[in-house]
This record gives sequence, structure tokens and C-alpha cells, in this order.
Amino acid sequence: MAVISIERMGLLSVVCVSLFFSSTFAVDRGNFKTCDQSAFCKRQRALKPGQSPYRALLETLELSDSRLTLQLINDNNKVHLLLELYRLQGNMTRVKINELKPLKPRFEVPDVLIAEPPTEPLSVLSKDDNGVVLSLGAENQRLIVSARPFRLDIMEGPEVLLSLNSRGLLAFEHLRLHKDTQAQADGAEVKESVDGDQQQDEGKKDEDGESEKEEDGLWEETFKSHTDTKPNGPTSISLDFSLPGVEHVYGIPEHADDLKLKTTDGGDPYRLYNLDVFQYELYNPMALYGSIPVMLAHNTQRTMGIFWLNAAETWVDISSNTAGKTVFGKMLDFVQGSSEKPQTDVRWISESGIIDVFIMLGPKPSKVFSQYASLTGTQSFPPLASLGYHQCRWNYNDQEDVKSVDQGFDQHDIPYDFIWLDIEHADGKRYFTWDPHKFPQPKEMLQGLMDKRRKMVSIVDPHIRVDSGYKIHNEITSKDFYVKNKDGKNYEGWCWPGNSGYPDFTKPEMRAWWASMFAYDQYEGSMENLFTWNDMNEPSVFNGPEVTMHKDALHGKWEHRDIHNIYGLYVQMATAEGQIQRSGGVERPFVLTRAFFAGSQRYGAVWTGDNAAEWDHLKISIPMCLSLGLVGVSFCGADVGGFFKNPSTELLVRWYQTGAYQPFFRAHAHLDTTRREPWLFGPENTALIREVIRQRYALLPYWYQLFYQAHKTGMPVMRPLWVDYPKDTATFTIDDEFLIGSDLLVHPVTEEGSRGVTAYLPGAEEVWYDVHTFQKHNGAQNLYIPVTLSSIPVFQRGGSIIPRKDRVRRSSTCMENDPYTLYVALSPKKFAEGELYIDDGHSFNYDTKKEFIHRSLTFANNALTSSNLCPDCNFLTSSWIEKVLILGASKPSKVLLKMDGKETPVDFEFDTSMSVLTLRKPGMNAGADWTLLLQ
Amino acid sequence: MTCLHLLLTLVFAVSLGTPVEIQRPRGVPLTKKQFYEEGKPFTCLDGSRTIPFDRVNDDYCDCKDGSDEPGTAACPNGSFHCTNAGYRPMFIPSSRINDGICDCCDTTDEYNSGAKCENTCKELGRKEREVLQKMAEITKEGFLLKQQLIEEAKKGREEKQGKVTDMQENKKQLEEKVEALRTVKEAAEQPEKEAKERHLKAWEEQKAAIRLEKDKAKMAEAFLELDDNSDGFVSVSELQSHAELDPDADGTLTETEVQGLMGGAAQVDTSTFESVWTNIKDKYHSESQPEEPAPVETPPDEVKEPAVDNDSEPYPEDDISEEDDEDEDDKDDYHEDDDKAPPTVKTPEKSHEDEEAMPPYDPDTQALIEAAQKARDDFEDSEKALRVMDDQIRNIEKELSFDFGPDAEFTYMYSQCYELSTSEYIYRLCPFNRALWGREKNRPENNKYLVMKYEHGTGCWQGPNRSTTVKLTCGKETVVTSTSEPSRCEYLMEFTTPAVCQEPANTEPSPHGHEEL
Repeated sequence: MAVISIERMGLLSVVCVSLFFSSTFAVDRGNFKTCDQSAFCKRQRALKPGQSPYRALLETLELSDSRLTLQLINDNNKVHLLLELYRLQGNMTRVKINELKPLKPRFEVPDVLIAEPPTEPLSVLSKDDNGVVLSLGAENQRLIVSARPFRLDIMEGPEVLLSLNSRGLLAFEHLRLHKDTQAQADGAEVKESVDGDQQQDEGKKDEDGESEKEEDGLWEETFKSHTDTKPNGPTSISLDFSLPGVEHVYGIPEHADDLKLKTTDGGDPYRLYNLDVFQYELYNPMALYGSIPVMLAHNTQRTMGIFWLNAAETWVDISSNTAGKTVFGKMLDFVQGSSEKPQTDVRWISESGIIDVFIMLGPKPSKVFSQYASLTGTQSFPPLASLGYHQCRWNYNDQEDVKSVDQGFDQHDIPYDFIWLDIEHADGKRYFTWDPHKFPQPKEMLQGLMDKRRKMVSIVDPHIRVDSGYKIHNEITSKDFYVKNKDGKNYEGWCWPGNSGYPDFTKPEMRAWWASMFAYDQYEGSMENLFTWNDMNEPSVFNGPEVTMHKDALHGKWEHRDIHNIYGLYVQMATAEGQIQRSGGVERPFVLTRAFFAGSQRYGAVWTGDNAAEWDHLKISIPMCLSLGLVGVSFCGADVGGFFKNPSTELLVRWYQTGAYQPFFRAHAHLDTTRREPWLFGPENTALIREVIRQRYALLPYWYQLFYQAHKTGMPVMRPLWVDYPKDTATFTIDDEFLIGSDLLVHPVTEEGSRGVTAYLPGAEEVWYDVHTFQKHNGAQNLYIPVTLSSIPVFQRGGSIIPRKDRVRRSSTCMENDPYTLYVALSPKKFAEGELYIDDGHSFNYDTKKEFIHRSLTFANNALTSSNLCPDCNFLTSSWIEKVLILGASKPSKVLLKMDGKETPVDFEFDTSMSVLTLRKPGMNAGADWTLLLQ
Repeated sequence: MTCLHLLLTLVFAVSLGTPVEIQRPRGVPLTKKQFYEEGKPFTCLDGSRTIPFDRVNDDYCDCKDGSDEPGTAACPNGSFHCTNAGYRPMFIPSSRINDGICDCCDTTDEYNSGAKCENTCKELGRKEREVLQKMAEITKEGFLLKQQLIEEAKKGREEKQGKVTDMQENKKQLEEKVEALRTVKEAAEQPEKEAKERHLKAWEEQKAAIRLEKDKAKMAEAFLELDDNSDGFVSVSELQSHAELDPDADGTLTETEVQGLMGGAAQVDTSTFESVWTNIKDKYHSESQPEEPAPVETPPDEVKEPAVDNDSEPYPEDDISEEDDEDEDDKDDYHEDDDKAPPTVKTPEKSHEDEEAMPPYDPDTQALIEAAQKARDDFEDSEKALRVMDDQIRNIEKELSFDFGPDAEFTYMYSQCYELSTSEYIYRLCPFNRALWGREKNRPENNKYLVMKYEHGTGCWQGPNRSTTVKLTCGKETVVTSTSEPSRCEYLMEFTTPAVCQEPANTEPSPHGHEEL
């Protein structure tokens, strides 16, 4: 062409992008370790089961009210460990194992538990030379400590629920002195102690000489030119768990894999190590951006959870005695009365720290959620607007661009609440600043959005440009808040701005200072409608080992090795705190994070990172968010459209349809992709996208209420079917459809060119209503649903009441005072119930002043009643009930509204073909007590 | 009951200073007032159903088409009409009624939201009139300029067409001239060729005679050398002393082999030596002379060549980038020229030392050559002139073939470039240099002369090929007013030119709502 010539006049800051964008589209697996390349994992995995050297020293048993302690000895090296057992309130057991006398303290993860978990008394039922039997209180539950070899069994009646060290894979590498720093005489002892944790063949190798051990990576390890000096030597820990009767385990996100965890025999274990994986691959156990070391085990009888509280690099092995058996094989076992009970064995391996395990005994799924929530807290209650649609792109170029995209939404009558600015908005990637040419008047821009009752998110990453002209850098330097390298100097790594420092977010003083930077007078150009996105907080270090921080970097006295997986949590924690503080504690924060850990749910939303515009990535967004929901993180979403590459129009439309029914609903796109605002694909596709975003907005009252519930109880918002149908084995592996709350079932279309989907409608006693046509279908069936490009199969459960706001406006805030329509879907027994939750949508007043409305809606005996679930709450709404749709109803002769002791007739219409009764404008205030009588 | 009571409202339309009161339901445009008759049942505008009039604007959606709620947000697909007296009337989606955002400049959309809206219609109207006036002025002047452009283009086109016609006439003459000169050239070349051939033949004969004489002398010399005993005969033994003559090159020259060389004779005299000489002269080394150095020089050449081959082998072809390819092509072109040029120069010089150079042509031949050369030069000059003229004609025809708009008003941009400097880049727009008129996406009805598209530009690093959309608007000057990069390497330029100015309407622009009067 050569017609438009563009001459480069200024420096473009794409230098470090260039280093990390390869031309082929796939993760470079070689950049990331396999278990074999991770010395401790290889060492631990080499252990063979059934040879545990650990013995419980029963004579050391001490029992206080709430705590039992007992020493364990490794008979190979005579190192003593201290076992602590706690019975926690709410049917949980905590097992802690540490060295009895470590050379120096080992890291115990702080700030994850919301409080020291309250305990309940333990009592010894019996004791002999072989072990101790303890009572766990209710339900005939006992904890059996066996002495030789050491093992723990949790039993209920005659059934073993769960066993620890039953395969003898407990391994605790104790702290020791390096050969260079110890007397020669100690050598033998060290040798013994090293292989003490290991098998005899390993031990023989050790006798060949010290050099062999060095090769094992005990004191130093090199991966791809990065050397990890290990001043503390080997420190890894491991423990196995057996789950008799369990064939389905879930959780331990984040992995781009199916909902049901697979066995790891013959492959790598699932890895938990927060990493910035460029163009990640699907369906494998590689580590991704976040880690939540929580696994759920489920069968028709019981759901349990294992929470392995450790922030170091962790690997999880899963094996099963039924894996690989066909359904027929299992049936044969059953017919022949095969003695072998299905069992899943799990083994956790971490690089450092201590063993600190919480066993959540359920038994119902909801109970496991509340148990885990009682430990680590619940999902933060997000501002209502953040449940709306988010428009993001790397990058909206300048204020003019932001304005025109904003106007585009109005021109095309598509609602949205947040527009996002990626890294290019800041002046030279100096977060908390604005590019003076592209965003010279940020407040003007924010005011423009505020006038439309909309909001903005700007990115604030934790890598800080090393630049003596940058206030943030200078303050962190002067306060000595940076992470240190092994030599005690400020750790520096390469990231978006070039050479960067990494604030030590593990320091409370650092976090307090960081939070103060969000004050309106500190973050210049910020306003109350500006919120935050924390990206790259694994932390991502472009030139670091595995694109992250060196493990021997120092956070105070702890190594990065110890705290790695919790770094991202702290970043989001400090940022959310900053947003709360800037409003004087009044306003709820909204912070999105890419890296996370157990407890991150308390601080905001997460997304599944840098996915791609491919159908498989659309598909995987479902199990990825379901897995997160199971372990506390409800506010999850994937980049709609896919981050890398350009989606086909069909894929984009399908992704909007899927994303509109997932908790965090944000479209995002890479810098190199073509524009994809919803109106750029022709009027037909604009209409399809508009329609599904509108469906999202109409359902916001339901989403909001579910988040309130998640915040109060820990129940996941987006759930696998088995959570609500725990006895229906057909649901156990389903991850192409899901529930929103208990009442909406969604089966997104995730196949290219699809003409139909088969959705499983659970529940033999249930009926499900198509939310678009109101057609009724029976539960416990696979239903084939023909689809067109406009279809998004969604069903409302018979027996539920869902409040909607059908007057969709340009942002959620504009809909604040709008009336509700109640969708009452009757069960076969002509019953339905639901809830309505209303507050101001953005402040903590619901919590601090009880300013909210929470109502129970019940349809029974031909009467729909609204009753107050919180009589001492006070909140006034101008919203009212404009319409009630009763699905599966029969035609009444008369409808009366009973309110304030008066009865007034209500107009209605009845659609006989679909049995839908519509009550016209009953008109009561949404916060009032009332009854609608059908006669 | 907290629902809103929104029945009839009075709408004041102010125009030309005369207040006019027109009673109709909120949000209904005057054109549809007739459908909303107070007190009479209302039929949805799509005819789907009829409802009592008190259900019009009662904040509940009864009609599928939303027509019963023109003044409330109850219907998802409704629209609200604002009169905007003093400015332009407009429809807004009914979802924007009472949403807390002022959409209508007359504030009528926010009657119950608490939003504090100010009536800005007068101000907007004034501004719009100013803008329109300015636009009208620009359009007016621009249109005049456009007329000039059209005139100039027309003139230019005629000129060029005339020029092409003239040139085509000249071309014809030139072609005839070329043919004539070709004949002259060929006529001059025939005698030249013959004379040259004659000269060459004579020289060849002379050379042969000289060679023969030399050979004879050599033979005589060899005979004397071989005839060691000077008995006037060369014997088998005398010949056997010259090992280099060994026919099977096995290192020994046997007696039988020598006899073979000597044709079976035991000895030969000077007269019979001639046949023996024929057998041995290629190998024979004079005893007085050392061996020729030539064979020594050859081996290094043979070593070098494979070395060069080895060097080039490790590079697989697909390693060579396009640019390299081009470079190599260029080089090859040069080589070809190089290869062609030297022989013509060097051939005359390329002769053995012992052979004399060809004697110069005799004056007659020389004269013939000079005459022929002149004819050749004349012919080539005229042929070149013809080619140049062809190019000129083609260029003008190409220019004439461009779509310079319905009245050729864009002609003046041809071969012009327009620049815009920003803080980061200089953008240069050169219209018609491989540009295409484009249409805006999804708006096929658009005037195609308002958008230019440049596609398949140079590839962006890690991105698509560059492409640019240029939007043309009416302006007095031809300038690039702004550029942006909405997507990576997809540029958008705003470009003003008089060429798109439309003829101004005769009447003064009147932006506000006559329909309300």
C-alpha cells in the first residue's frame, strides 16, 4: 500500500511485550516445571506407599479442653514431630504437624483464617498401646490415632470417612544445617536424616557421597538458567489422605481442566503455584494464576472437604481404585459383590511450611461451604453495579475513545456499568498516574461517566517502575517496603514498565501505606466511580524463573518460597482496603484480581486470566468458575470473547450468551486484536448481544440476592448441579451446564454451528420452565433443545420465585427505583418460594446500619405472600411490584390483594396454552407485607 | 400504592415567541396525537388490543408495541417524544425516562426522578444554528471551490485527452520512423557483416599457415633432439627415453609401446618421422624446456569451488526471508548484466600469447562498420523515444481512468500527499495511490465518495496488515484533521476537502420543530 506512511517520532513502550509474545499460539511448556523438574516434588513422589517410618509416641499425649498434642517420631532419623489435633466448631477437625524443635521457626500462613477457629472439647474414649480413640462429639464420630505406623482415621459409626497417612506418605523434611556450616561429625546424622524421609534405595544413593545429594536439589536447584539457592535446604512436607467410598473429588483451582478432578497416575500431579502462564493450554494439571488448596470429596451419602493451609508451591496427586474401570466393570463388581469399595487417595506435597489441614466433614454440600466459610470468610458483597456488564479492552486509547465507546452503548441501546482502562492509561506504566497526552483530564472523563451513572476501572499492578521521578517508587524505597533479593538488596525484575520493584505486601505496614495511596488526594484524578484491577500479582516477573519471583527472594525473615501463593491475595486485600478507606469506610470496594489464594473471596472478583478466542476456551470457562465457586470464590468470570486472537462472530455471540449467565461479566480483548465492541458485527448480531445483556440486567435482583446469600452463608452463586442434587449421580460429572443459585439452570451453547444441545434437567420430583417460552419440562431427563443463534437455554426450577427488573436501562444504577416483576414458577405441588433482597446497592449500611429489605416470598395454597425476614431492618425503597407471573398456574376466578387489612381486586390475564397467569399491576411497595389471593 | 400517577399533561410548545398549548398524553408526538383521544378506548398502534384510556401512561405496559406508555418507562420497546422547543424534537427510548440522566434538553424526560435538569434547548438551538451557519458558509465556499475544482479538472482532463491524442499521432510518426531506421540499419549491417567475415576468414587462413609452419619447426627440432646419436634416424630406444609418451600412463614406456608409436618401424628418418610426430606431439616434452606450469595452477581452483558450495549448503531455502530473496534477485540481475557485458569487451583480447592478435580492419571495412553503427544508434534512439512516449501515454491514460468522483472533483488530489503531525507520528495521506473508494460498514446506502479505504498495507509487528479508513468531510481546505488507531494498525483519518461539499440548499436552514406549530 505504502500510501499512509507512519513515522515513528516517539519511543513506544512495547519493549518488554516483545520479549514475551511468541509467534505460535500455545503455552511454552518448557518455561514451567514438571514435577520431575521440581526437586522436592520429584523427591517426594519417589516415596513408595506402605513404608511409613513415623510412629506416634502415645506417652507424650496431652489433652487440654480443645487441643490434643502428641509427638511423632521418624524411626529412621529420630526426628520428633509435634502433632496437634483440634475439634473445631461446626464439624471440622484440624490437624497440625510441625517439627517439635525446628532449628528455626517454620512458616505458618497468616491472614487467611478470619479468626482462630473456635474449638470444641475433645475427649478420649479409649487408649491402649496401639492407639487412642477420641470422640468428635455428634453423630457417633470418632477420631482414631494409631501408633505404629502413625495414622489417623475419622469414623462415623462403622464407616471410615477419611484416613490420614494410611498409605504412609507422611514425609516431613526437617530443617538441618548445610554440610558447609556443620562439623564433620554431624555428617552421618545428616545423611541419615535426609534419607530418613526417603526410601532405602534413595538412602543407598546417598552413601555414594555428598555430590549425589547436591544433584537432588537439596541445597540448590537450577531451572532454565535460574538458580534457586536454598539456604534452608530441603523443607518439603507431604501427607496422604484416603477417602473410602469416594469417586468424585473437586476443587483445588486454578486449573484449566474439567470440574471433576482426574487421577494423576502416570502424569504430573495438579500443581498449585501462582503463575503468569502465557497462552495457557486446556485440560491439563499445570498451575495457573491462582491457588486455592481446598478439595471437596463427594458421594451420594456425604460431602467432605480438605483444606491444606500452605502457601508454598504445592502438588496434589490423586489416585483411585476405580479409575479406568468402565461402567460395565463397576456393575460387574456390584453384581458379583466385589469386596473392593471405591476409594480415592489424595496426596498433598508442599515445598515448605508446616502441615496444617482442616477436615470439613459436611455432611451436606451446603454444610461444607459454611464450614469453609467459617474458616476463611465468605464472598465479599459486591456493589450491585459490578454485577452488570463490564466493557474492557487493552486498551481504550484516550479520553476521546472512552467517550465514543460510552456513546456507542447509548446509540445501540446496550446497558453497561463499567468501562475499563488497561496498562496504557498510566504514564509510562507508572500506576496511580495518567498518560498526560491520552488522559489529560481524568476527572472530566470520570465525571462524564458519572453523569451517565456509570463507572470505570483502572489497572493498578503490583510491579513498580524503578524510576527516581516516580512518587510511588520513591516512597516505597524510602519506607524500605520492597521485597529483597537473597543478598538483602531490593529485588528487581522485568515487567511492563521495564525494570520494576515489588512491594512487600506481606508487611501490614506496607499494605496500610498502599491502601492510603487510593485516597482521592493521593491517587490524582481518581473519583468515587473509579475502581481497581490488580493484574500480574502472581507476581509476574518476566525475567524470573517460571515468569515469577525467585524463591530465595526475601519478605522480611521469610523466603518468597514460603509465601508465594498468598502474595496475590495480599495485593487485592490492600487495594480493597484502600477503596474502603477512601470513602471513610462507607462504600463497598470493587477490585478484580488475577492471582488468588484461600480467603481471596473476601476482597472481590477474580477472572480466569488470559484466555483465547477459541471454542474450547469458552467451554472451559464453565468448569473453571464452577471449581472456584466450590472453594469460596463466587465472583468469577472469563474474558468474554477471549483475550488473545479474534473471535468469529458466532463465538463472540455465544460467549456473550454464556458470560451473561456467569457471575463476573466482562468482555476483554488483547491489544493486537481488532475492535469488538458489541455493535461492530452487524445489526443482527448487535441485537443478539443486546438481548442477552438485557437478560442479565433484568436478572440483577436475583444475582444480587444470591451474592448476599453467598456473603452470608458461603453458598456458591454459580454451582455444579450436584450441589443441589447430591444424590443424583448423573449430575456428578456435569460441567457443560450449571445452576445459578438453586433456581436457574443454564446450558450455554458452546459448540460451533450448534443446532441443538442436550441439557440434563435434574430432580425426579422437579419441573423446569423454559424462561423464554415458559414451557414446562419434567426433571430427571436429558432434554434435547433445538437452538438458533439467539438461543441460550435457561430454565427456572418449579417451586421457585425469582424477582426481576424487566425495565432494563442503560446502567444498573439507573434501574435503582424500578419496579419488580415476580416470576413464580410452581412446583407440581403448586408451591413456590423465593426471596427479595434490596439495599442501596453500594454502601456498607446494610451491614453497619441494617439498612436493607429482606423478604421471603411464598406461594402456597393459592396465595402468594411476602413476609419480612428481617423485622429490625430499616430501608425504604420506592420500588414496587408491577407484575406477577405465575407459571404452571390454573385460571382463578378472582385475584385479591390483601394489604394493610384491606382487600382490593387485581386484574389478571391467563394464557391457557402455557398455563401462565399474569397479575396486572398489583402495585404494592417491594418492602411491604402483602398477600395475593387466587380464588 | 406507590405507583406513579401520570395521566394527561400539558405540553407547551414555544416557537417563534408564540406559546401554543397542545393537550396530549406525555411523550406523544403531535403527529400521533389523533390516536390518543381522551376518554375513548385506546387501541395499541399495532392494533393488537384495545384498552381503556386510563391505562394509557399508567406505568404498566399493556401493548406489545409499547404504544400505551409513551410517557413512562414501563414498556421495554417504547419511545418517548420530547418537543425540545427551541431546538430539535426527538425520540428517546422510554428506558431513558426518569433514569436520572437528562436526555431531552427541555427536561421533559426527567419529570419524576429527582434529577436536576435545566432546559438547555434555547442554548443548544443557538449553538446549532451557529454551527449550521458556519457549516453553511463552509459548504457555500467549499461548493464554490468544488465548482472550480470541477472546472479545473474538466480543463485538465480535456488538456490531457488532447495531449494523449497528440501524442498518439506523434507516436504513429515515431513508429514509422523506427521502421524506416530499422530498414536503414539492416541495409547497413549486411555489407558490414560480409566485410567482417571476409576479414576474419583471411585472418583464420593466415593463422593456420603460421601454425603449420610452427609445427614443422617443432618436429624438426624434436627429431634432432631425439636422434641422440645424430645418425639421421630416430630409433625405438631413442624414443623410449621419453617416459611422458607412455600411452597407458602406467609409468613405464615399454618397447612394444614405442613400436606402436613408431608404426611398427624400428627407426624412422626425417620424412617418416612426420607420422610418428602426429602420435607423440601432444605429450612430447622438449628436453631443453622445463615442464609447463599450467597443470600446477589448476588444482587450487578445483579446491576452492567445492568450498564455496559447502558454505552455501547449510542454509535451507526457507530460511531466506522475502527481503533477502529480493536482494538476491537484484544481485542476479546485476550478474546477468555483468556476464553479458564483459565478453563483448573481452573477446578480441582473449587470445593465446603465441597467437598474434587479429589485424585491424582495413579502411573499407572500418568505414562499413562505422556506417552500420550509426544506423544502429539512430534506430535505438528512435525506439527509446517511442518507449518513453508509450509510458507517457499510459500514465496519462491511467490518470484519466481513475474514478475522481462524479464530476472529477477529486482530480486535484492526484499525486498529492497531505500530512498531519502528532506527538508520536507523522501521518501522510496520498490519495489515489492504490486507494479504493469504500463504504462504511453496514451502511451500503452511503455516498461512496465519503470514505476511502486503504487495505493490505505493510504488516504490523505481531499484528494485522495496516489498513486505513479515510472519512471525507466538506471543508474549504484539503487537510487531514485527525487520525486515530481504533484497533491496532487500523487507522482512521478525518480529511476535509471542498470536493465533497454539497450544493447548499436555497432556503436558510431552520433546525427546529416546525411540526410542532
